[in-house]
Amino acid sequence: QVHSLQELRRSASLATKVFVQRDYSEGTTCQFQTKFPAELESRIERQLFEETVKTLNGFYAEAEKIGGSSYLEGCLACATAYFIFLCMETHYEKVLKKISKYIQEQNEKIYAPRGLLLTDPLERGMRVIEISIYEDRCSSGSSSSGSSSSSSGGGGGG
Amino acid sequence: VLLIMFYLFSFSSCPYLSEKITPAIPAIGGILFFFVMGTLLRTSFSDPGVLPRATPDEAADLERQIDIANGSSSGGYRPPPRTKEVIINGQTVKLKYCFTCKIFRPPRASHCSLCDNCVERFDHHCPWVGNCVGKRNYRFFYMFILSLSFLTVFIFAFVITHVILRSQQTGFLNALKDSPARYPFTETNYRSSVVCFFSVWSIVGLSGFHTYLISSNQTTNEDIKGSWSNKRGKENYNPYSYGNIFTNCCAALCGPLSPSLIDRRGFIQPDTPQLAGPSNGITMYGATQSQSNMCDQDQCIQSTKFVLQAAATPLLQSEPSITSEELPLPGKTTISGPCATLTLGQPTPPSSMPNLTSDTGLTDMIPLKEEHEGHQFLTPEEAPSPPGMLPSGSPITHSHTMHVLSLASQDSLHEDSVRGLVKLSSV
Repeated sequence: QVHSLQELRRSASLATKVFVQRDYSEGTTCQFQTKFPAELESRIERQLFEETVKTLNGFYAEAEKIGGSSYLEGCLACATAYFIFLCMETHYEKVLKKISKYIQEQNEKIYAPRGLLLTDPLERGMRVIEISIYEDRCSSGSSSSGSSSSSSGGGGGG
Repeated sequence: VLLIMFYLFSFSSCPYLSEKITPAIPAIGGILFFFVMGTLLRTSFSDPGVLPRATPDEAADLERQIDIANGSSSGGYRPPPRTKEVIINGQTVKLKYCFTCKIFRPPRASHCSLCDNCVERFDHHCPWVGNCVGKRNYRFFYMFILSLSFLTVFIFAFVITHVILRSQQTGFLNALKDSPARYPFTETNYRSSVVCFFSVWSIVGLSGFHTYLISSNQTTNEDIKGSWSNKRGKENYNPYSYGNIFTNCCAALCGPLSPSLIDRRGFIQPDTPQLAGPSNGITMYGATQSQSNMCDQDQCIQSTKFVLQAAATPLLQSEPSITSEELPLPGKTTISGPCATLTLGQPTPPSSMPNLTSDTGLTDMIPLKEEHEGHQFLTPEEAPSPPGMLPSGSPITHSHTMHVLSLASQDSLHEDSVRGLVKLSSV
């Protein structure tokens, strides 16, 4: 069944959540594991999922990149006693905005039609990418509905 | 100590030195002093990089995975500390599971018992600053001690100069009256010299130590434990170091600053189902003082201790969004009763109110944890959503739990809260 994001909230109920954990093999930089969770096996193509995670990883790497421009920003900020951040955003914040737009876009185009919803890791303290799996309320016969305490709109579209 | 020293310096040596040598001296001293105070405040009040606690779903998922990994646990016993091993840059690093925060700590993170949070790149908890020193405020801390050491050296040098000059003078000017001649030997000057001397050595020492840590990209924690020292084994090296001292320094001091992951403006949701959190991450700081008497004082006091760190997004359903284990709130229903009548007549942004009334109809059930007098000082400052630092002066507000709650129920509100979160994290 194909759902739009709005429809999803109204007609579906949350079945379960899958968590994509952090991948620390590169150190403390923010990267997520690209391992494909078993629960998504039947819901989405492996390649699409991997691409999403890889793109997100790329974004985070860009945000945390240490190079000429970030040094410049840091020194400028220090020189202005960090008042400059009242006027402009840090590079990191700019990338975070890009990320949230990307996630929303992915949700609308790819995940919601498959009954899934990505949550921005920022809302989970950068610990996990939370993927909520929804089941159609009408057709949720076999799959047990998970924690009914979670709000049905949970997970947010960015 | 700092202030005392500074005042001694200003009042004793400054006038003399400024006329003798140059008026630039107190000027420079003053600038340095303000810089020191600025960095101190920034260190104290910025988020060191606190890791928010896991949501209940995450925690459950993790537990499940751990159980699968360990085989079925024997019921009743507390399982042994869970660890995960990761290979970073060729070195094996153990990630520990934090029972309080219910997460596997990232490498270099540590749980601070004083702040009761896991902090990223945990360095140490500084009592002088009243805050943990971690990833986000390490550079401020370093600048603070560096500038402080310059300041103390500066003051010390000039106090000594002052003493010397004066005693030279008395040698020549025997005819001078006794009182000015005795000036260099007054207690004030000696006291300030002695104080200066000890502080200079300790601060300079500390600066030197941290300079070493920065250049080798270690944290105080790691250094104390000797995690990467050669004594442990030939093959032991620091996997986080970039290899180059210069790069290490730059990365630590000028690297990108990640935003704060905690939401300082939210409420901690109690476990009663009917409560709705604030929207847009802007809290409503409780009722006016007169109404705090209506609540059970104990509970109010206790609940105000857990202020400021929770929901970014409203809770539309009846989900108790946070398993705030340290939020006992006994007899919540009783508190909700009288507290419910507390009106929110304080400087809350009007936009959030209609949201709640329309969506939840539960404005009167908004948890008024912050009604305690102690937090009144926050109200005038918090209302217009300042982008800058959050001047939470009391250590209580600092040291208590940060729960990131995000069960977004509506896209628009959710978007707003994300925006709010991003904006907040400019600290």
